[in-house]
Amino acid sequence: MDLTDSPEDRAFRLKVRAWLKAHVPKRSEQDRSMESMDPRRIARAKAWQRTLYEAGYLAMGWPKEYGGQGADVMRQTIVNEEMVRARAPQIIGMMGIQMVGPTLITHGTEEQRRRYLPKILTAEEIWCQGYSEPGAGSDLASLKTRADLVGDHFVVNGQKIWTSNAQFADWMFCLVRTDPHAPKHRGISYLLIDMKSPGITVRPLVQMTGDPGFNEVFFEDVKVPRENLVGHLNDGWTVANATLFHERNMLSSTTRTQMLFDGLVRRARKTQRNGKPATADPVVRQRLAELAIQVETRRLEAYRQLTETLRGHPAGIAASVNKLTTCELNHQIGRAALEILGPRGWLQKSDPDAPDGGLWPIDFMFALGLIIGGGTAQVQKNIIAERGLGLPKEPRPA
Amino acid sequence: MIDFGLAPEQDALQQSARQFLAKECPPLLVRDCIPLDDGVPRGLYREMAALGWMGVLVPEAQGGLGLGAIELAVLCEELGRVAAPGPFLSTQLVIAALLRGGTAAQQRAWLPRLLAGEAFGALAYHEEGATHDAAGVQLRAARAGGGFVLSGEKPLVLDAPAADLLLVAARTRAGRGEDGVTLFAIERGHPGVHVKRHPCHDVTRRLGTVELRRARVGRDAVVGGEGRGGALLARLLDLACLGIAADSLGGAARTLEMALEYAKVREQFGRKIGSFQAIKHLLAEMVADVEPARSLVWHAAYTADRAVRERARAAAIAKAALSDVYSRTARRSVEIHGGIGFTWEFDLNLWFKRAHLGESLFGDPAWHRERLATIDGY
Repeated sequence: MDLTDSPEDRAFRLKVRAWLKAHVPKRSEQDRSMESMDPRRIARAKAWQRTLYEAGYLAMGWPKEYGGQGADVMRQTIVNEEMVRARAPQIIGMMGIQMVGPTLITHGTEEQRRRYLPKILTAEEIWCQGYSEPGAGSDLASLKTRADLVGDHFVVNGQKIWTSNAQFADWMFCLVRTDPHAPKHRGISYLLIDMKSPGITVRPLVQMTGDPGFNEVFFEDVKVPRENLVGHLNDGWTVANATLFHERNMLSSTTRTQMLFDGLVRRARKTQRNGKPATADPVVRQRLAELAIQVETRRLEAYRQLTETLRGHPAGIAASVNKLTTCELNHQIGRAALEILGPRGWLQKSDPDAPDGGLWPIDFMFALGLIIGGGTAQVQKNIIAERGLGLPKEPRPA
Repeated sequence: MIDFGLAPEQDALQQSARQFLAKECPPLLVRDCIPLDDGVPRGLYREMAALGWMGVLVPEAQGGLGLGAIELAVLCEELGRVAAPGPFLSTQLVIAALLRGGTAAQQRAWLPRLLAGEAFGALAYHEEGATHDAAGVQLRAARAGGGFVLSGEKPLVLDAPAADLLLVAARTRAGRGEDGVTLFAIERGHPGVHVKRHPCHDVTRRLGTVELRRARVGRDAVVGGEGRGGALLARLLDLACLGIAADSLGGAARTLEMALEYAKVREQFGRKIGSFQAIKHLLAEMVADVEPARSLVWHAAYTADRAVRERARAAAIAKAALSDVYSRTARRSVEIHGGIGFTWEFDLNLWFKRAHLGESLFGDPAWHRERLATIDGY
């Protein structure tokens, strides 16, 4: 066991730290919440991602030929830790970098990699995920959006829902039914769809937070070139599972959890409650310590899983455990902040009296959304129990 | 380079310990110890000593294995997995104290017997209603002649009924902090020292109240320097937290396995109960609770050896978290077993009660969370 940086890693860490200190945008220009249509905010977020990329601190694990650094996981971990320390803003192209990018690296053609990966990194093209449908949530494989192969094109008809970022995304990675007669898992294909294609309508859905974060996306005779198929025809479920694995890991980023918790402690120190600082209240102290323990568990689990990866052991159900526990933890951190703040915590962002820019209720509610999104907590428990523990599957209705 | 996992030889130690204890410490042996006053399965301890376990922390030059806190945690985890009776952890605490603060004469007198599994130790520090740290030590040791006179009581000391050597924390100077606390090594049967045994629901452990009635000890009983035992005591308590946390990890993993095995064979409504989501999700939550907690135990062990400034924080975290995890997991396991889980005859109750007593030993979770809050400067 060794948790110390080697001299080279230490030097790298200090270099990253100095760079971040010089480049992280001022707090007033940041927004923790990504879920907004404001074009100026989107432009700022893209600029930040590009700055990170040009400095070589983005998608560090990707191979060099596709714009990554070919860096080992240790370097990626150092960059993530230093981003927390510097309170760096979130990265807008996360679904490209963490989901479709890695999927193309493993399942895409060489042409697809060369065409899409560079622009994912530079934030020139933002991606959204076309998975859920009105009738296909947890039972994703029952999706009905059809793609019929006509000559050298697919013709797509149907509807996706809960599509985050579709209102400004340039591309969608999308699951479609290409064989309606095959068993449900075997008739699905994975397509890359240009969001500017004729026949696509994006209709924003307002989230509980009041932000237009996700959308309905309608497809009416949308033509998609055959070369936009990833993997084999009707083998999209295999490709999708690779992406879902990456999604679980993205949603359980320990970086974000650590930042949220640090913010909670800062907030508790600044807040007076019943005539004294909240942090002097034994109940609040217990609560903060309990959350600190869970944050520490996530941090150390990341190290343990990193070590397992380096030793070449399969990840097993860790991604599902990570998703289950981290999303709940983020929600509980938000809840603790709101309870400490009292009614003031629930003021809207537009109110200048709202503490911390009014982001606590947004983060709190958003975290609940992520307990549902990316495979609900209940679906993760089924995965842990059935794939991890070998418990019998739910019997199919006769 | 981050390497957060057991080294091959540590992993081998864990595997061999698991195999050894599965064979040598089955529930039948645990039950055989129930009527014993001291609760020590002597034969098992002789074998453990022969494997070198009693001297896991002791340098090879002094007859030990020369290993560290990680290996100690591995052994505690495996002992917890089988709910092993006997004073393993308490003896390790006393050995650690002798290694760090014992005089050459004290080490010569005690280490060989403790390493042989022929003598055992117990740490008597806590006082009625007091905090679980050096500041809570108020029992007076008054200077008299060339030595000290100790008077007072240390209630419910873990493993005191089995202890041949008691390490008693007392105050040789008035005060409230670590300063002025002195540790004394006192042999069983010393005049004025009496141990009263208390029957406890956790039949795998023994608790005894140490009564000191004008017990006279010489200067040669002092371990770690007069008035300077506070820092050593803090270190021992962190080691105790690690030991209980590791024991809890092993016990939680075992009670989870028992529930899982049962859910795969027990049938109701014509189905295995493990196919019902009510049971399945409970088991998934148990896994998501227990598995990640392993990292906290490893980190507490790692910091004890390698990152001393983080030691107290990691120990507090591990003790608080694993105590909660073990109690919660044991309780859920009983529920999954249904009626049979509530019987004396079925072994699960041994772990259930061990979980809850362990939770309260060396400071309960709330105490360690408060410690963490203080360390983190809230």
